[in-house]
Amino acid sequence: MEAKHRLEMKRISIEFPGVKALDNVNFNVKSGEIHALVGANGAGKSTLMKILGGAYGHYVGDIFFDGTKVDIRNPHDAKELGIDVVYQEVDIALIPYLSVAENIMLDKMANEMKGKHFIRWGNIHRSAREILKQVGIDLDTHTLVQDLSLAEKQMVLIARALATNTNFLVLDEPTAPLSQTETEELFRLMRDLAENQDVGVVFISHRLPEIFEVCETITILRDGQVVADATIDDMTQQKLVELMLGRRFEETYPKIRVPIGDVIFEVKNLIEEAGRVRNVSFSVRSGEIVGMTGLVGAGKTELCKTLFGAYPIKSGEVLLHGKSLTMRSPHAAVSQGVALVPEERRKEGILVDEPVFINLTLPSLDKFTRGPDFVNTRAERTIARQVIDELGIVTPSADQKVAYLSGGNQQKVAVGKWLIADAEIYIFDEPTKGVDVGAKRDIFELIGKLAKQGKGIIYASSEIPEILDISDRIYVMYDYAIVKEFETAEATEEEILFYSAGGQ
Amino acid sequence: MTAATETTNKKRLSGIIDFLSKWGTIITIFVLLAFFSIAMPSFRTPSNMVTIMRSISIVTVIATGITVSLTVDGFDLSVGSVATFTVALVMSFFVWYGWGTLPAIIVSLLIALIVAVVNSFLIVKLHIFDLLATLATMFIFEGVAMTYTGGGSISQGMPRLDGTPTTGAIPAGFRLVGQSPYIIIIMLVIVMLVHVFLSYTKHGRYLYIVGGNREAARLSGIPVNRYRTLAYFLSALLAGMGGIMLAARIGSAQINAGAGYLMPAVAAAFIGFSVAGVKKPNAIGTLVGAVLVGLLENGLIMMSVPYYSLNIIKGLVLAIALAITYYRKHD
Ligand SMILES: Nc1ncnc2c1ncn2[C@@H]1O[C@H](COP(=O)(O)OP(=O)(O)OP(=O)(O)O)[C@@H](O)[C@H]1O
Ligand SMILES: [Mg+2]
Repeated sequence: MEAKHRLEMKRISIEFPGVKALDNVNFNVKSGEIHALVGANGAGKSTLMKILGGAYGHYVGDIFFDGTKVDIRNPHDAKELGIDVVYQEVDIALIPYLSVAENIMLDKMANEMKGKHFIRWGNIHRSAREILKQVGIDLDTHTLVQDLSLAEKQMVLIARALATNTNFLVLDEPTAPLSQTETEELFRLMRDLAENQDVGVVFISHRLPEIFEVCETITILRDGQVVADATIDDMTQQKLVELMLGRRFEETYPKIRVPIGDVIFEVKNLIEEAGRVRNVSFSVRSGEIVGMTGLVGAGKTELCKTLFGAYPIKSGEVLLHGKSLTMRSPHAAVSQGVALVPEERRKEGILVDEPVFINLTLPSLDKFTRGPDFVNTRAERTIARQVIDELGIVTPSADQKVAYLSGGNQQKVAVGKWLIADAEIYIFDEPTKGVDVGAKRDIFELIGKLAKQGKGIIYASSEIPEILDISDRIYVMYDYAIVKEFETAEATEEEILFYSAGGQ
Repeated sequence: MTAATETTNKKRLSGIIDFLSKWGTIITIFVLLAFFSIAMPSFRTPSNMVTIMRSISIVTVIATGITVSLTVDGFDLSVGSVATFTVALVMSFFVWYGWGTLPAIIVSLLIALIVAVVNSFLIVKLHIFDLLATLATMFIFEGVAMTYTGGGSISQGMPRLDGTPTTGAIPAGFRLVGQSPYIIIIMLVIVMLVHVFLSYTKHGRYLYIVGGNREAARLSGIPVNRYRTLAYFLSALLAGMGGIMLAARIGSAQINAGAGYLMPAVAAAFIGFSVAGVKKPNAIGTLVGAVLVGLLENGLIMMSVPYYSLNIIKGLVLAIALAITYYRKHD
């Protein structure tokens, strides 16, 4: 069958100060296929797709649409050709204080309101509802976008892309914030778009099994260059990983066994004021990695934040080394030895406008002062460079603005800043979201090292295989409460899923 | 190849914009200096240069106060009223109560901090927008100063409103604070101190971080509200110091003496954003901004532009400064 449209990017190169992000890249995609774009953090995936979406005008190279050369230099050019990109940073593409309907219909309103001045709200909501139905999620179109979860925001963005004529749809790490069922739902939609509506879909993900599940063709990038272009049948997961990392790689993670000590952290009947934590009790022993799992929306993030003093508690007690903690604010939590790597990195974890080193030393700035609170930036940079090495953060220097790092490398900065701060209890909320397999392993090893030093670790994630790999003990959450406890050695994915879904 | 040349053109254009936004202020200062010097030989005399520096001293100090409030992504509109209030206080201590220089200054500054207490309560505790909260306190303390002085003015030998004669005098030492070179030296010292505080200390770092992303700052363990409060205390303190210098300069308390300093101070602080590409509120930039505003004002007055038309030019300068700041913020 002849494809309806063909899109070819030829010899694309782009540079940023100090970084050659793409070097002579060829990338082809056609209607009706689901095409995977994979590569390690900082390989250039998002950059290539931003070029396609018209976000960067300063590249060199050519783009052909159905064999004719086209010039894409701004988002409008891309839209004209029916190319829609759902970027990795969902938050910056949405308007938080507008409703779901308005956000979905934004492009349409902007492009098709020429000559009209009055908005017909009934139509807007009706059209938005239809698109949402097609996307397959149930959302009130009147809800404000700021009240949505990350997964829902993602869906709103996809719906927006579909509101206008779409020939090619690029999804940059769409599954990172999604739960398993939501992911399945997204795949169903992608297949439907490809098969029945002849849309060409480009799919970026660091979860390799997903690639094999849903894609037909694959392009692998490494350090800004294409290293492979193949059909998925010619590829194995092992080969893929080696191509993308450029070295041999053992994928299964061997858990570091460390002696587990006494209980150091104890939570007793914790209740959050708005009911976002419901009577939670659990404990963490020294050297122990406690997995906190459950579906997206089960209340893991809320628990993490409450433990960190970011949400007000109504009653209950939190003890560290037998001493009751004051849970007034994150500031109090940090000074008492609790650290949190939050889930939404751009909003909560990092300061995009600041250089890497300032981000890394932020929670522990007291260690880098001398005299009356003067900051010693030399010492800061030295430590920052150490962390950059240790975590393999891809950046030209410690002085690079974090905004210019790739998504996964930003996540590493969000984790790295707590390594310098000497905490007793480390809370990780979905720390491997958006990091590549190599870096994920770096983060696991790092967490292992912390455990070895006798720290207590709370690892919250909805990725059950990950939890099974890394934890010693598992708590399953459902509806803002802990419903089950397992020794990891005795737990299975099926059982965990059963309790996650509210089974008794 | 058109695409490629277009890109290089675009690159060049953005390079030029970049260069101008970094160095535009400094270039403008030199252009103005050259222009006024050629137009009026008397402009370039050393004594006129000193006059300019003296005239910007008070604006600069008040502007550093605004600068500090800007670091936490706030905005302190009440600085003019704080200055007015301080002038009234310090003059009352001299003229009404016959206090010495040091206690009068210290107590005035302390009392002026009440404005900061109110500001931070409104902003941090009641969550009112910075601009609106300080707009309210601006009016409140303008009124407080008027009420306290009974109409606004106090000068040596003038009886109090109820007719009681006053005997206190303004100490000669205090008047020195308002003379050059002292007033200029004081201003430079304050700018340096604020610069060091903002750029080299932990607290300065935290202020900027709080201004950059409040939630990320909070989740990094920074006591965000404490630092926002600190910013408003510092801005009130600096505005109060501006008031002290103003009192020393004019030697009396006048109705709304500080109000006229608000606008040029805001302009100076915003012009300061972009100086040398710092892209953040900063003390040195604010000084440069104040120099630009002062130069313009002095030159125009010497060219006999009527004072009532000056506001047109000052307003335009503010608009341009804001344009440069916000235009650059977009990428
Ligand atoms: N605006 C920019 N300024 C400077 N450097 C940039 C900019 N955008 C991207 N880069 C750099 O280009 C390289 C590629 O980044 P890109 O975001 O495309 O990576 P990625 O493959 O999407 O990674 P990830 O999986 O982590 O999202 C990185 O080294 C990044 O630091
Ligand atoms: Mg990316």
